[in-house]
Amino acid sequence: MNGSGIHDSHYYRALKRSIVGIVMLVALTPLLLISVMSAYQFHTAYQDKVLAHLSEVVEKHAREIDRFLLERLVQVKVTTRTYSYQQLSSEPFLKQLLQVLQEENQGLFVDLGLIDDAGIQVAYAGPFSLEHADYAGAEWFQQAMRSEIYLSDVFLGLRKLPHFIVAVRHNWEGRQWILRATIDFIGFNRLVEAVRIGETGKAVILNRAGEYQTSSPSEPTIDAALLRRILKVEDQAAATGNGASVPRLPGLLDLKASQPGKEVRITQAAEPTGGRTSIYVTTPLKNGNWFLIYQQEKADAFRDLYRARLVIIGLLLVGGLLILATTILLTDKVIGRITQADREKEMMNEQVIEAGKLASIGELASGIAHEINNPVAIMVEEAGWIQDLLSEVPIPHADNAQEVTRALEQIRTQGARCKQITHKLLSFARKTDPRVHQVQLNDLVEEVLSLSEQRARYAGVTVARHLTPDLPPVSISPSEMQQVLLNLINNAVDAMEKQGGALEITTRLDDGRVVVDVADTGPGIPQAARDGMSEGAFDYLTKPCDLEELVAKVQEAVAQGR
Amino acid sequence: MNGFNVLLVDDELEFLDTLIKRMKKRGLQVAGVNRGEDALAWLDREPVDVVVLDVKMPGLDGIETLREIKNRRPLVEVIMLTGHANMEVAVQGMELGAFDYLMKPMDIDELIYKLQDANRKKSLQEQRIKRKQEELGTRR
Repeated sequence: MNGSGIHDSHYYRALKRSIVGIVMLVALTPLLLISVMSAYQFHTAYQDKVLAHLSEVVEKHAREIDRFLLERLVQVKVTTRTYSYQQLSSEPFLKQLLQVLQEENQGLFVDLGLIDDAGIQVAYAGPFSLEHADYAGAEWFQQAMRSEIYLSDVFLGLRKLPHFIVAVRHNWEGRQWILRATIDFIGFNRLVEAVRIGETGKAVILNRAGEYQTSSPSEPTIDAALLRRILKVEDQAAATGNGASVPRLPGLLDLKASQPGKEVRITQAAEPTGGRTSIYVTTPLKNGNWFLIYQQEKADAFRDLYRARLVIIGLLLVGGLLILATTILLTDKVIGRITQADREKEMMNEQVIEAGKLASIGELASGIAHEINNPVAIMVEEAGWIQDLLSEVPIPHADNAQEVTRALEQIRTQGARCKQITHKLLSFARKTDPRVHQVQLNDLVEEVLSLSEQRARYAGVTVARHLTPDLPPVSISPSEMQQVLLNLINNAVDAMEKQGGALEITTRLDDGRVVVDVADTGPGIPQAARDGMSEGAFDYLTKPCDLEELVAKVQEAVAQGR
Repeated sequence: MNGFNVLLVDDELEFLDTLIKRMKKRGLQVAGVNRGEDALAWLDREPVDVVVLDVKMPGLDGIETLREIKNRRPLVEVIMLTGHANMEVAVQGMELGAFDYLMKPMDIDELIYKLQDANRKKSLQEQRIKRKQEELGTRR
């Protein structure tokens, strides 16, 4: 910003930047605050809802699986209580029994076997030929011998197929016998896999050691190591008896700790392979020996939430861009106005300065005229005095006398000329007087011409006047009209200064209007300037005499045109 | 014809002196002062028929002096002399009762004609007053 002169473009750019900045700040801050706050609220509420739903589903399934396992156990136990050793050790009976059980349980039981306390299978019914198989070394056998009922983990066993065993120990005739039933692994899997939510939700069962108790769904397999880590947290939770004080493991985020009575725990972890974040819902099964782990990709679980968030962000972006565009457009307009106003102010200032200059020139001229007239008056008087004296005592030499008389007369004449010049100078130096008088326009033209004629002569311009006599007087401000005419004539003389020319001033009566034509033989007005003239410049010329009776029509005739 | 008293008032002494000399040569009874105050004082002491008054003077200026002269001696005629073409002042002077105005440098003959005219006007005025007084006197 410079004190005088017009502001540079940098100033307006900075002004625009600050206006846009402030408007954007004021407009966007509340918008962003409201959006973020409501988005956070919505996020929290929705996440809670989704997680609650997940734990509900998983818990329900866990109960179902638990019940399923318990039912199998009870069935086998009831069998041992109902039938005698003789019945159970006969293979036809056992086969019959298996058939009944399979019919009752949709073929979930694969086979049945009776094993003595030495681990030898005494009787067997099933698709495999496992008669007299020796299970003495099998882990499940040892476990089954210790407790009355036993449910094994999944293992391959002698048949080399994944399966698990329900074993019930019973005392017949003083010996410990074990009735063993194998549960169909595929059927069991189906039960677990029934837990499917969304596109990526899937469930598996792991034992405490982190071994799969179900075939994990083929497509993207759950990383076993990660699951083990999750289980570790579960273990520790179990150890402390309360989920609240579990130390956090890196990469795991507890979303919902298992609460007493509600044995569900929700953990969030990034998959080491895919890099996607998943939610893991863990709940213990089989008295804490197994865990049902439900996994779902976070993006899938919170799909609606993320969609809503996208919509909000999109709306924010579109809204923000709209605000920005509007602000920039409006600011551009405002800045345009300011620039124009500044420019107009600048022009006004220049005009005021110009007017001030003219006024001071006028004062100076007035002072000079006065100061010059007095000495000139003295000179003329002194010359007159000499003339007076000479008329009494003539100069002896006749030629000299004539010359002296001529010289004195010349002093008188030139003194009168000085008076004329200062008189005219003063009449123009005087402040323009906007008062309207009845004026004879021809006299005014003559007055102006008398002032400009000398200059025109020097410029080689001949002045021709065609003044129609007996024009009606017009009501105008004489001094303003003088200015208009003087400017026109001066411009014309300026234009013709180089090669000389003719200036023609005509006054005439046209349809009740007094018209002044000023024509010159100069090069005329360039086309570019002429275009601008029709808009404002002409107005500027006619405005001072914008009166009812008079339209000073100014015709700048081009040389070729006349 | 020229038997009347003229008072020149101008602050330019050189101008005043030469003009007095020239006018005396033409047989006019002329005196000169260079201040408005002195002019008023002179009017109190000496008989004056016409005053030639410069408009622009230090001290009491032409217009003020004119006003004062017309106040004290309404019959005395005044011719204004302006150093510059200040028409407003000239017009003001005329409104205040000046006989005429002239612009410097002026032709001495023109000045003398104007002086004679002014004196004639004054004489007429005086005669008219005398007649009126006589009329009033006889009536009485």
